Amino acid sequence: MKPLIRFALDSVMYVARGSAIFYGWIIFLGFLSFLMLLGAYEQFTKGMIVTNYNDLVSWGLYEAQFVFLVGVAAAAVTVVFPSYVYHHKKMKEIVVLGELLAVSAVCMVMIFIMFHMGRPDRLWHLIPVIGIFNWPHSMLTWDVIVLNGYLGLNAICAFYYLFMKYTGREVNKLFYMPLVYISIVWALSIHTVTAFLINTMPSRPMWFHSMMPIKFIATAFAAGPAMIIISFLVINKFTKLKIADEAIETLAQIVTWCLGITIFLGLSEVVTELYPSTEHSFSLQYLIFGKHGLTGLVLWYWSAVVLLLAAFFMLLTPSLRKNHKLWLPLACAFTFAGVWIDKGMGLVVPAFIPSPIGEISEYAPSAIEIVNTLGGWATGLLIFTVLAKGAIGVLLGELKYRAATDLASEFSSEWQPVVHSSEEICK
Amino acid sequence: MSEPRDKDEKKKDAPLKPDEASRREFLGGAGLSVTAAALSGAGALLSGSDEAEAKATWGEWFQKNYRLMTEDEKREAVLRLEKRYTEEFGKQTTVDSAPAKEGVLFGYALNIQKCIGCRRCVYACVKENNQSRDNPEIQWIRVLKMEKGNFLAGDMDKGYPDPAGIQVGGNAYKNSGVVLEGEHYYEPAEVPEKGYFYFPMQCMQCEKPPCVKVCPVRTTYRDPDGIVVIDYNWCIGCRMCIAACPYWARRFNWGEPNLPAEEMNPVTHYLGNRPRMKGVAEKCTFCLQRTRQGRYTACVEVCPVGARKFGNLLDPDSEVRKILEKKKVFRLKAELNTYPKFFYFMD
Ligand code: SF4
Ligand code: SF4
Repeated sequence: MKPLIRFALDSVMYVARGSAIFYGWIIFLGFLSFLMLLGAYEQFTKGMIVTNYNDLVSWGLYEAQFVFLVGVAAAAVTVVFPSYVYHHKKMKEIVVLGELLAVSAVCMVMIFIMFHMGRPDRLWHLIPVIGIFNWPHSMLTWDVIVLNGYLGLNAICAFYYLFMKYTGREVNKLFYMPLVYISIVWALSIHTVTAFLINTMPSRPMWFHSMMPIKFIATAFAAGPAMIIISFLVINKFTKLKIADEAIETLAQIVTWCLGITIFLGLSEVVTELYPSTEHSFSLQYLIFGKHGLTGLVLWYWSAVVLLLAAFFMLLTPSLRKNHKLWLPLACAFTFAGVWIDKGMGLVVPAFIPSPIGEISEYAPSAIEIVNTLGGWATGLLIFTVLAKGAIGVLLGELKYRAATDLASEFSSEWQPVVHSSEEICK
Repeated sequence: MSEPRDKDEKKKDAPLKPDEASRREFLGGAGLSVTAAALSGAGALLSGSDEAEAKATWGEWFQKNYRLMTEDEKREAVLRLEKRYTEEFGKQTTVDSAPAKEGVLFGYALNIQKCIGCRRCVYACVKENNQSRDNPEIQWIRVLKMEKGNFLAGDMDKGYPDPAGIQVGGNAYKNSGVVLEGEHYYEPAEVPEKGYFYFPMQCMQCEKPPCVKVCPVRTTYRDPDGIVVIDYNWCIGCRMCIAACPYWARRFNWGEPNLPAEEMNPVTHYLGNRPRMKGVAEKCTFCLQRTRQGRYTACVEVCPVGARKFGNLLDPDSEVRKILEKKKVFRLKAELNTYPKFFYFMD
């Protein structure tokens, strides 16, 4: 019990100390999160009328973040998989960062689910036994299971690994490895189920195709590692932890190929829908060209196309891809933004346009929606920053269990007490 | 089937129901005094209602899904609501909990040849079913205006010539079909307008309702008489059902509903027209507060041309059954396999 309490205390102490840049970043995110709390109060007291949702377009910005972030969460597997299935050495050291990103992304998903609900106060109705859990019929219940399971798996894996490192003990492979393998498969399941959640509704023709799950996974494995690469580059710049170039290169290749597949699948969808141009394709027509003079998403769509194609060609060129100063982060930012548009608003909103009776109306988010969305992201990044900082401390050996005298005998022989001052971590 | 008499009877009956009286005792002094205050009229409404409403809301918050309540729990829930509504709206309100009758399967038939697009059904429905009047404005029935034979002489030749100059297609008429492209905001001085026909839509009470399948908490379900109902107190507002309904039949209370007390219909049913709260889904219930008492729906009663027919699909002598046998009948979007119990027909 004692190491556990020390772990908690040490981590808090460690994370609380940092450079001015670190504090600035935390305050910035904290401010946005605070604004979100105000927005949430507004929405939860007045109802969803403070959003621009309506009976025609009843899903919007929040659901777009939900879908996208489930992908980011699933993408942790792009770090885990090469490490443990292909025994990629350089990757193994940083797996835990991927897991922590997954934890933060699932937290964001939960925030956006709260904003999606008309009656968040009744969420307990979903809890089995005291409520009703319409499983297996309702896809949403599957999503609840896989998302919570994924959160649990990653939290346990990450915590266990860090705690073992902290106390200087060996990871028990019999306990840890099965969890890792389960979480790899589980990662695929969260995004597949989210795809099934929306593509099993013939009332929304744009979603009603069997390519949805694979497209979700391809886009997720492009955008997710893109975000991971950016955060690794940031970690390399601002902390003493040096993430190996090989690890980043592996991730960059994953982004490249998944981006290629994404573009291919997008093209297939467009051709399949637009060549016969049945009514099934009206939503896509609205998205790509606008319909009946309403063109709200057209610019949005084409900017995603340009971003994704540009990113793909940058990543395909080895000299650009290996340039960690400018081109790689730029390509990753493009990928991230392009997928965020394509799989966010570009996927969720047009499915409701036209409505099932053929009415075309446009939707643009309200100010409160935007504040809450920014706040949701800020909260997630805040969680990630804090978790990652603690994890880096452990990985660097700066956060270590120091009660050497009474516990050393229990520990494996490699254990060495290392005492660094916490200020060293941030320049 | 006359409407006013029935209403009045209910009003008079309600305070005398024995079980209600005992429930009030059980609630104790506070409950009694609040009830008394409410009965004394609209003045009390302004002063004492907040506290009473808060109490009722706590009780409501903890209640189970209606379908799984015991008879006692149902009675308790109904009394709680009656008390709250009576105070909130300053009129004696009844909340019926009549279950589906055996041997009844409700069905609807609509004669699109007769409909003149006057929207009397839309307004009668709003009046009967206590929808929010504005912000959000909620209407369960939508009447689509469809253009008859819309051939466009002017656009006929604006086709799609290919580079060789051979025409491959044209623009001689506008589309309508699976996606209906109907206009439902029309405001002409007079209906019917020349060159148009009208196509009312509402919940089709599907036999295989996609909305029920997707609901994660079984808020919405099919009652044995074939009506797809919603327990407004159980709905978590996830709007899966709204996304899944192919007929755009469901509406959402985006904000706290605005129902002026003087327009409120106090004869309600738990699963039907009782006033809703913010953040829940709602839709047509075939006026089950009426039809389970052997009356017609409000829209059937009000239709000036008799385009709307309603009855028991299991009764071979009912009007709907006769129509299904004798007329040319179709269902909307039949290819989606939802088996609507709302049929369209022509003479
Ligand atoms: S019409 Fe829509 S709301 Fe009504 S039962 Fe069918 S799917 Fe459900
Ligand atoms: S909005 Fe309410 S009725 Fe509709 S699916 Fe969600 S919980 Fe069920």
